[in-house]
Amino acid sequence: MVEVINVNKSFGENHVLDDVSAQFEKGKVNLIIGQSGQGKSVLAKCMVGLHEVDSGQILYDGRDFTQLNRYERSKIRQEIGMLFQGSALFDSMTVEGNIMFPLIMFTKMTKGEMKKRVDFCLERVNLSGKNNLFPSECSGGMQKRIGIARAISMNPQYLYCDEPNSGLDPQTSILIDGLIKDITSEYQMTTIVITHDMNSVIEIGDSVIFIYEGKNWWQGNRESIITTDNPEIGNFVYASQFMKDIRTSMQEKRG
Amino acid sequence: MKNIGKYILMLKVVFTKPNKWRVFFERLIEELNGIGINSLPIVALMSAFMGGVIALQTASNMSSPLLPAYTIGYITQSSTILEFSPTIISLILAGKIGSNIASEIGTMRVTEQIDALEIMGVNSLNFLVLPKITAAVLFFPILVIFSMALSMFGGWMSLVLSDLSTTEEYVLGLRTFFDPFNIKYALTKTVVFGFLIVSVSSFYGYYVTGGSLDVGRASTQAVVSSSVAILIANFLLTQMILL
Repeated sequence: MVEVINVNKSFGENHVLDDVSAQFEKGKVNLIIGQSGQGKSVLAKCMVGLHEVDSGQILYDGRDFTQLNRYERSKIRQEIGMLFQGSALFDSMTVEGNIMFPLIMFTKMTKGEMKKRVDFCLERVNLSGKNNLFPSECSGGMQKRIGIARAISMNPQYLYCDEPNSGLDPQTSILIDGLIKDITSEYQMTTIVITHDMNSVIEIGDSVIFIYEGKNWWQGNRESIITTDNPEIGNFVYASQFMKDIRTSMQEKRG
Repeated sequence: MKNIGKYILMLKVVFTKPNKWRVFFERLIEELNGIGINSLPIVALMSAFMGGVIALQTASNMSSPLLPAYTIGYITQSSTILEFSPTIISLILAGKIGSNIASEIGTMRVTEQIDALEIMGVNSLNFLVLPKITAAVLFFPILVIFSMALSMFGGWMSLVLSDLSTTEEYVLGLRTFFDPFNIKYALTKTVVFGFLIVSVSSFYGYYVTGGSLDVGRASTQAVVSSSVAILIANFLLTQMILL
């Protein structure tokens, strides 16, 4: 489990995170949603240590990440996998090189064992046999899947996904969402997904946190987000005509 | 001043023990190839022509019969060893290698590849920059020795082809008043210049924010700043070592 307790973060005069607290449970897909510029990416970056918090605690199964030195953080980070918005694959390496990289850096596996693990991870994301391609030779959806394969190569306990569906067509988005949900329950990871895609919320949102004006404005799940009366969430969830139509039909059904 | 402080803090993180020595040595070999071997053609071309021009300009100013014929060789040798090979070649390499390093690391930064390294638990500065600095410090002296030899060869070619001097007179000039200490001085400068080029360029690449336009700006800034650093270091080292 990952816990965020009273986290504050400012950039100069701009107070981005205002006393945010939240819990992200193990074996569940936990979504952080919100409009652009409300602080959800900053919260995730604080949680993985890419930004330092001004105050507050970030606990990884009770270990306070904010109080650790560089070496101790490195140890926890080896338990974290992350899928980046732009995939962040290493251009100079092949698909195999990308997935093998954390294994080379942090394990004592033999070349054969690492190769086996790479093949397993690629098979898990339905990309068997793509070992020797370079990232530039792969489509956006493939790059995301390679990113997931790299993220799970070290058997992480915590998985972060930063807007995993951005720039993907609806079918590929559903595929990526399904993959995230499956591997979360399969490996019992604590998965945290940052998104503003309502389809993802409905598909995989076991737990949902709505960040608004730097605060944890609302917390619930994919069912309760549809029925909540909170006006800020209403503006976010029912921004599209499609969702408005769903709401109208639900209201009509209720009479 | 803020940047100098940030640069020193960066170096503190760069010079830590690598996560895995085997990976470090593999990266070092790659960088020796990228920074060193790939620079040989430009260094060869620049040095041969530079030596040729120095020899021709010296010959064109040799109007006094009181000056011995070997002066051309002597001036070519001393100016090449003391200044042209270490400093001018380093300035050229600041343009070639500096912009390359800043844009490579800068692109990694804006495409979140550096963040990916950090989240994996890799010390990204150590992983990316230490092999580059080590490669530059090891290979720059070799490049400069190569440059010195080719410069003198270029001088000889230009004189013989223009019929301005003989091989014997030129070689006598090269050997006259030759002081091996000058080579030590030149190589010391080169090691410092190599370190400055790579570390300053890495600094601008690593801390870039924004997009591709900013990577371009960082690349230009890296070349300008490392060139200025070379000129200042050249002055200080000359003061300290030669005087």
